[in-house]
Amino acid sequence: MNKLALSDDILLKVEKPARYIGNEVNSVTKDLNNVNIRFAMCFPDVYEIGMSHLGIQILYDMFNSMDDVWCERVYSPWVDLDAIMRERKISLFALESQDPVKNFDFLGITIQYEMCYTNILQVLDLSEIPLLAKDRSDTDPIVIGGGPCTYNPEPIADFFDLFYIGEGETSYKLLLDTYRENKNNGRSRISFLRAAAKIPGIYVPSLYQAQYKEDNTILSIDPIYEDVPKSVKKEIVLDVSNTFYPMKPVVPFIKATQDRVVLEIQRGCIRGCRFCQAGQIYRPVRERDVDTLKEYALAMLRNTGHEEITLSSLSSSDYSKLEELVTFLIDTCMDKTINIALPSLRIDAFSLDVMSKVQDVKKSSLTFAPEAGSQRLRDVINKGLTEESILGGARMAFLGGWTRVKLYFMLGLPTETEEDIKGIAELSNKIASEFFETVPKEARVNGKVQITSSTSFFIPKSFTPFQWAPMNTKEQFIEKAYITKNAIKEQLNQKSIKYNWHEADTSIMEGVMARGDRKVASAILSAYKKGCMFDAWSEYYKNDLWIEAFLENNLDISFYTTRVRKDDEIFPWDFIDCGVTKEFLLREWHNAQSEKTTPNCKEQCQGCGANQFGGGICFEN
Amino acid sequence: MKIRIKFSKHGPVRFVGHLDMMRYFQKAIRRADLDIVYTKGFSPHQVLSFAQPLGVGLESDGEYFDIELNSKTNSKDIVKRLNNTMADGVTILSAVELPENAGNAMASVAAAKYQICFREGCKYPGDLEKDFMEFMNSDTITVTKQTKKSEIILDLKPSIFAYQVLSDRFYFLVDASSAGNIKPTLIVDAFYRDKGLQLGEFDLLITRIDTYGKMEDNERVTYKPLEEFGSEF
Repeated sequence: MNKLALSDDILLKVEKPARYIGNEVNSVTKDLNNVNIRFAMCFPDVYEIGMSHLGIQILYDMFNSMDDVWCERVYSPWVDLDAIMRERKISLFALESQDPVKNFDFLGITIQYEMCYTNILQVLDLSEIPLLAKDRSDTDPIVIGGGPCTYNPEPIADFFDLFYIGEGETSYKLLLDTYRENKNNGRSRISFLRAAAKIPGIYVPSLYQAQYKEDNTILSIDPIYEDVPKSVKKEIVLDVSNTFYPMKPVVPFIKATQDRVVLEIQRGCIRGCRFCQAGQIYRPVRERDVDTLKEYALAMLRNTGHEEITLSSLSSSDYSKLEELVTFLIDTCMDKTINIALPSLRIDAFSLDVMSKVQDVKKSSLTFAPEAGSQRLRDVINKGLTEESILGGARMAFLGGWTRVKLYFMLGLPTETEEDIKGIAELSNKIASEFFETVPKEARVNGKVQITSSTSFFIPKSFTPFQWAPMNTKEQFIEKAYITKNAIKEQLNQKSIKYNWHEADTSIMEGVMARGDRKVASAILSAYKKGCMFDAWSEYYKNDLWIEAFLENNLDISFYTTRVRKDDEIFPWDFIDCGVTKEFLLREWHNAQSEKTTPNCKEQCQGCGANQFGGGICFEN
Repeated sequence: MKIRIKFSKHGPVRFVGHLDMMRYFQKAIRRADLDIVYTKGFSPHQVLSFAQPLGVGLESDGEYFDIELNSKTNSKDIVKRLNNTMADGVTILSAVELPENAGNAMASVAAAKYQICFREGCKYPGDLEKDFMEFMNSDTITVTKQTKKSEIILDLKPSIFAYQVLSDRFYFLVDASSAGNIKPTLIVDAFYRDKGLQLGEFDLLITRIDTYGKMEDNERVTYKPLEEFGSEF
């Protein structure tokens, strides 16, 4: 493959030209004569971010295992190339063949965070695909979205022909078979979409209509034809040990954010933290077989040459064979000089022992995510982490030689009071005191302890118990950050504590997208046309343009963010069935308000509804 | 034992920069399962040193790096194992064992040979061979080199060891040592300015043909490709 879509003068002008040349080790090329379906798989952000995403690697491997399907990759051209492509009218191309995306059968877009929505439009625009699904013709690719943000697909529904709700391993084959048959019979795009709507997990937005009440909340979202299902249930893989996993992940030339082998040990999370969407939508917990994981690890290290391996899951400490797996990795990797990057583990004797083996204690830091400053508020959010366990963990760590601690909190959680906020400062201070009490002066390695406390602003997400919760205003957020900052200054050990906080503007906009309805699409489109792009990159986020976009489309931001939602409100995403029932989420919302905690899935089943899938942890106890 | 590897770089990978090529080979060496020596310490790394960085966009038939192995098989095996895991456009050409006292690849570099041709659509408007020979007859070729802090005046003439113009292509053997490395495009650029012409930023296609070390024998200086400082095994 020697053809490049971009000429040398362009490639020599842009930053990191290797983002655009494909040709990486383990990338797949196929003979077009044997290919019937061309699938362009896109992560709508810059190459280094997109290449770090495991989901795309899994689907890339799965699609390319199908004989007549060729799956290629596409990422957002960075701003420098974006400008050149617009000026010279160069069509966006897939990396492997360097062919224009507009000639493909499918453009699949993974949607991992809300702030990438304008980049979806960038990718469509540069590909010369009409931005609105209704304007597309039979010659345009079918644009399909997937990933966590598609659990509330409505703000971006106008831009997609299809959404795939849930895990990609199960229904894509049937979808492609349906497409192939439709194409071979010379039938239209619309006929394919009608057929696709019957496939499990597939949502075809153009076949549904939303009606609104006078107060602008949803009256109903219904299919426009009788044979289109009223609700779309997410797809999951029940046996995660016997499914697709990329033994030969693509190895980028330039350093990707995740420049290592990623071993996904389980899906789902038992914890049920009430702010966390991933904890609900990926239920039930399904563990991968530990022997399979060992084989995967060795094969992937061999096939990539990566010098580091990491574990991926929502809560690795809850993986039942963690000790066996980590011991195996230490035994096999250390003498091969392969680093083991451990994700945040619950701090206990085992994890400290393991961490002291795989990292330099003096240089590394420990992470705790209490999320809230007081026990009362931690009970509200159902974060089963107590002050005693945090202090106990810290004490053990300090004795083990660690001197750096990172703490993560959220501001703006439901029922939060000033006392809860000050609790952030007090907890940070107590951890510092713990250090000075535990470690005698002569044994203090760097002479001091470094506590870094960071706060982000709480954003209510769909399919969580907090989907009913009003979000704070920007002013409230900023005030709360100041309260935190001042409270930290008042602490005895304030010199040992560093405080960071997240920007408020992007959080507000993310809040709109997270619980938005179909009307929000017009504001996203306007914002894009005004020049918004790479909104997840703070240096490119243009808040004033976003505000203008909402005003011009007569949309009230506070309707989506700070409004108090009634228990019986119909949400824009209610027609999607993630397995967990709305009744359960509502019960949890009420439990939160009465500061009642709920046991995790290992302790006691709470009847969330995820057992309807017939597998996973629901059937293990 | 010290092993010197020679490789070529053509096609799309010419846009992979020097640091990324180093990362690329570190991973390739793992994939090929070569028994490479690692440094000691908490973050061990491979004992690997590159000869001369190649600019982004340039192709080459003579790139080198040295590695240290704990145990060896033979030249053919190492070339084969690496080639089995190369990306398209990178080809391992040879692997030779260096004598124990050999300097490292970087320090050994004395010269590099380049072929420069005109990109499609660009052509020198005159008799290239005649005009260039005339240009090279002058005693000095001064250019102004922009550094980060200042401008320096440089005479290229002593850094050009050999040159030739053949069917619209230039061939240069120039100084590539760490102290005196020059970019061959500087010469063509100076030539154009001398003729009152302006060379476009992307008019030239450059290929490094080989990288050389210096041999001094009875006061006679010769330049040998770096691979010739070792022997097949």
